[in-house]
Amino acid sequence: MTTDPSPTADILDTLVARFPGLETSAYRGQTRVVVGEPASFEVLSFLAAAGFDLLVDVTCVDYLEYRGATRRYGLVYLLASTATARRLTVRVFVDDPEPAVRSVVGVWRSADWLEREVWDMFGIRFVGHPDLRRLMMPEQFTAHPLRKDYPLQGRGERHNFPVLTREDG
Amino acid sequence: MSIAPDHDTRVRPAATREEDYLWTLNFGPQHPATHTTLRLVLKLEGERVVDAMPEMGYLHSGFEKIGEHLTFNQYVTVTDRMNYISPMANNVAWHHAVETLLGIDLTPRCKVIRTIVAELARISDHLLCNGAVGLDTGAFTFFLYGFYQREVIYDIFETLCGARFTNSYTRVGGVSHDFTPLVIEKIRTFLRTFPKTLNDMERLLTRNRIFVDRTKGVGVLTKEQAINGGATGPVARASGVTRDLRKDEPYLAYSDYDFQICCAAAGDCYARYLVRMQEMRESLKILSQAIENIPAGEVNVGADQRVARPTKEQVYSTIEGTISHFELSMSNRSFEVPYEESYAAIEAPNGELGFYVVGDGDDTAYRARCRPPSVLHFSLFPQLIRGHTLSDVVAVLGSLNIIAAELDR
Repeated sequence: MTTDPSPTADILDTLVARFPGLETSAYRGQTRVVVGEPASFEVLSFLAAAGFDLLVDVTCVDYLEYRGATRRYGLVYLLASTATARRLTVRVFVDDPEPAVRSVVGVWRSADWLEREVWDMFGIRFVGHPDLRRLMMPEQFTAHPLRKDYPLQGRGERHNFPVLTREDG
Repeated sequence: MSIAPDHDTRVRPAATREEDYLWTLNFGPQHPATHTTLRLVLKLEGERVVDAMPEMGYLHSGFEKIGEHLTFNQYVTVTDRMNYISPMANNVAWHHAVETLLGIDLTPRCKVIRTIVAELARISDHLLCNGAVGLDTGAFTFFLYGFYQREVIYDIFETLCGARFTNSYTRVGGVSHDFTPLVIEKIRTFLRTFPKTLNDMERLLTRNRIFVDRTKGVGVLTKEQAINGGATGPVARASGVTRDLRKDEPYLAYSDYDFQICCAAAGDCYARYLVRMQEMRESLKILSQAIENIPAGEVNVGADQRVARPTKEQVYSTIEGTISHFELSMSNRSFEVPYEESYAAIEAPNGELGFYVVGDGDDTAYRARCRPPSVLHFSLFPQLIRGHTLSDVVAVLGSLNIIAAELDR
């Protein structure tokens, strides 16, 4: 992390001027921008064009039982620039019953599997993703295990998986 | 099984009619050359790979879910099992992220000690990775030379913390065992003897005709593909991306040492091999500077911060020590964690290994996201293998250093 909060200040100014009403905050020198769901794709592609060429991670937090939380899912886009080593965190909040957000695979190819993982684990649909299949869990799996209402020990899905016998194989 | 749609700029080679001639090969999940449990569905035209579809998840163990139920100190045992060829680096990464969230500043001695173990982990990781590339392309001796030196590093870790493989070495605010003179002596011996083996290894393989033919020009990753695909670490640096968190965001004690970032421009398997070989030399440079300049003083943060367990002497002779020991032992009064979230990453041997940790008041993370470098490297695989032969699959796979336990978590 950069301890000096200023490096991202200029790009933040441009961003806020371009997209008014963005909430920004900082913690331990890490700058965060909260973006509304409809504008997330525009903001992220703007940032990609502005020099954040590396999408470090796409992940999500389920705020179901979190103190003071009003929205359920908070997506996290960790951006970085390979030229200047700046970082920026973009947060996008979505809610049940149909959590969805526009895919950024067209902007960063690395989003492909990361978005598939978020879909697999949290059930957030990435609109426009070319191949939104589960990444880790088997295809027959119906739940999204990293949601907070999914129990640690599972719901016994393993017992109901089809068994491939020697005759079927 | 469908082949993943292609958003590559290159034109897909086979029209539907021609696909009748292709045949599908399942490579893995149990195959000696994948080294771990992962699967590739290859579309072949004769011996040439037309397309590949990587599949993962065979080793998924819900590590991130477990991270929401174990305390910050307990979870370090799980991080050992992520990239199990360099567990020390994972330990350091995890507690680096936790300490960033909590705002703990480590003691100078602890910073240097963690730097040393992380660099030893890098050497042992690169030895195995390059060794496996050699093994898969037919150079068994090279692998054994590398593994012998890995054993020496295991011995150092065993002397240090009692565990050879799953070290669980770090703690919030410190480490489990301080360096002893014996550990320092063993590391010094390693620093003296290892360069000779490294020279031998380079002489065995770097100019070996068979190895160069098998790896040069194979699996070329361009700089744009590397950045756009999220590659980090040696894989990105072999494609000319000059990104290394040890220099870009100096953490621990890295800003105190003189070392260089190893890069290559070619982006092929051979370049990745060369970058790893050279990085081991740079790690040796860091180690030799660090081991002679370990600051004196406490290794763990003070009892006043209430995160690391105080020493027995402090417990029995000071009131702060007694209180701190008691509070850390009680499950309902451990240290305070802010309702905040932060991301912190280290330059792990394999690339950027980061953790996004969300705190919710108690000493268990609300969310412990691991950013594994292997996932993004594995997703690059189809781009790298298209047009090459089946025998190149193992060379490309080995040079990406895919570790399924880290891939699936």
